[in-house]
Amino acid sequence: MRFVGFLLLVAGWFLVLASIVLLASPVSRGSFVFAGIAVEALGLIMVFRSHSIPREEKR
Amino acid sequence: MTTPGLPEVVTIACLFFIFLTPLAAAGLTLINAGLGRSHSAAHIMMASLSALSIAGLVYFAFGFGWQGFIGGHAHILTLSGKAWNWIAAEPFFFRKLALDGSPAFLTALLQVCCVGLAALIPLGSGADRWRLRASCLSTAILAAWTYPLFAHWVWGGGWLAQLGVNYGLGHGFLDVGGASSIHVVGGLTALSVIWILGPRRGKYSADGMAPAIPGHNAVLIMFGCLLALLGWFGLNSAGAILFVGGEPSGSALIAMNTLLSAAAAALTAAFITNIRFGKPDASLTANGWVAGLVASSATCAFVVPAEAVVIGSIAGAVVTFSIEWFELRLEVDDPGGAISVHAIGGLWGLLALGLFGRFNAPVSNVAASLPAAAGDSGQLLAQLIGVATLLGFVLPLTYGLNWLLNRIYPYRVSVEGERQGLDLHELGAGAYPEFITHTEDFIPR
Repeated sequence: MRFVGFLLLVAGWFLVLASIVLLASPVSRGSFVFAGIAVEALGLIMVFRSHSIPREEKR
Repeated sequence: MTTPGLPEVVTIACLFFIFLTPLAAAGLTLINAGLGRSHSAAHIMMASLSALSIAGLVYFAFGFGWQGFIGGHAHILTLSGKAWNWIAAEPFFFRKLALDGSPAFLTALLQVCCVGLAALIPLGSGADRWRLRASCLSTAILAAWTYPLFAHWVWGGGWLAQLGVNYGLGHGFLDVGGASSIHVVGGLTALSVIWILGPRRGKYSADGMAPAIPGHNAVLIMFGCLLALLGWFGLNSAGAILFVGGEPSGSALIAMNTLLSAAAAALTAAFITNIRFGKPDASLTANGWVAGLVASSATCAFVVPAEAVVIGSIAGAVVTFSIEWFELRLEVDDPGGAISVHAIGGLWGLLALGLFGRFNAPVSNVAASLPAAAGDSGQLLAQLIGVATLLGFVLPLTYGLNWLLNRIYPYRVSVEGERQGLDLHELGAGAYPEFITHTEDFIPR
């Protein structure tokens, strides 16, 4: 899950970069930037969940 | 290598501001030490001094070569007819850099201080469990690679700064005093280090409790806050001159906004904790103060004082809840509150610039040979792209590098060392040798 989370973070960033290069209209560019950030947020949630401490390791 | 010089009065003002910036490092060091435990106080001071030294030397050797300065040599990638400035191509060890009062050398001087400041941020998060040598190695990576790369994109005329001239997104990604390149980069490195280290022993118990481990010296914390204010005056003012083409006279507004933002953030944090806990919390108020300073770093040159108060108030409120959220919900044990204060506070400042920023004077954040930005519209989108880059590129990069380093040289101190305290375990002497110490600290359980 950790690896997938980081992969989503990078994928979201690539989406943002692609929107700058490929799209000209401010509306579509803005939409894709928001979509990229949403993908990053998903990745961030997965990375946080993957780092939660298992109950047996709490001391 | 020579670049067009600044007028003498601007150079002198800039030097004065740069000379103030080490006070920000002193302030953060004291805050980190005060928020940690007494049996690791000398260790964190030692780690801070080591981090400042290593960051400065590594940046001198390699970092500046990658970061460069506005108008310097760089590697350019052309995408759909637009030139993307990815990384500087300056010689290492300051070779061919004019050693005078040129903007390039002033940039190098300011950056040597800034990279040290970024390196201090993770130290408070790894307090009580991060080995000294490991923190030094992590600092070297930050100063050699992570920091210079992102700082080039923002402050070296890189592709984020070029978003305005290339794609009509306002003035490009803007950050006057390092909310992104210093604080968010440092805060995300702190998050990575905490993930790798894990929590302190006894922080999270199997029954779901997370007892507070309070800082050991509120006096150090509060004095650190006051020192940090002076440092921020210098940092924000010097950054405005060197990275966005501000005039020295603009420093009056910058200082006012910096102070008001910090004050509003601290009072908001004190107010919220007073309502929630019945009494104002000193450490959360101090964290609010620093979060206000961090948020002001992005916005100070482009907002009016009333907006600075609003931005600071929101920073103070967000940080107060964010610290609790990270600690209790996400089980991120961050003794210094660095993630909330520096990463969240910095991200809020960057977005606030897109929401509140007004640009009455020309902004010079790219090479003079490039055309001026088309206008102010699209600034929020430029700021969002910068935020996306921090989360989508800097966080994986800094996590990956620290994870790899941890594989080679384990970060975490032994169980015995953690029980004993890092002062005695790693340095052989405590910060307060005349204090009475509980004997249980020295007896293996």
